[in-house]
Amino acid sequence: MSEFLLAAAAFVLGTVALGLVRILRGPDDADRMLAAQLLGTGGAAALLLLGVATGDPAVADLALVLTLLAAFASVAFVAGKAGGNDE
Amino acid sequence: MSAALDVYTVITVSLGALFFLAGSLGLLRFPDTLTRLHALTKADNLGLGLIVAGLLPQVAAPLAWVGLIAVWLLALLTGATVGQLLAIKVRRAAARTEAKAATDGGHRG
Repeated sequence: MSEFLLAAAAFVLGTVALGLVRILRGPDDADRMLAAQLLGTGGAAALLLLGVATGDPAVADLALVLTLLAAFASVAFVAGKAGGNDE
Repeated sequence: MSAALDVYTVITVSLGALFFLAGSLGLLRFPDTLTRLHALTKADNLGLGLIVAGLLPQVAAPLAWVGLIAVWLLALLTGATVGQLLAIKVRRAAARTEAKAATDGGHRG
């Protein structure tokens, strides 16, 4: 079972890496932020899979922190650009 | 029983991984920011949710269940919040661009 879970983690990370092409392409900063948000969620999913595969429950806490930081990053992006210069 | 639970895990985690693939493809292929936001939240909510649901039979203690489900609930909450915030920002930027174009057109005409 743990081999399958490791393979699933690698697959999820691969799809997230594919989504990161959007950071290169843009065109808007909001689009880049979406890809970063996907990296946060996909990273959390991969961490959960790794944690169960290796039997280490502490990895779930890492996933929790990663999700929280991804949310903070997006909120900071929206709040920071609210009066911003995107015109 | 254990074999049945393993089959359940394989099917559910595979479905979740498929949703992550769909989310990434949508992020790359969809035409504008709001539709890409839609693709992203599908991967967030369903992909992560299915993976968490598939992992539940593989962990023993009830406390580990709480940890897994907490990650998913937090992802749901932050996904909804960030989705709304980004959508508001994108719509305001579009409205500003339109208003600016209309004003410029007025000056010329």
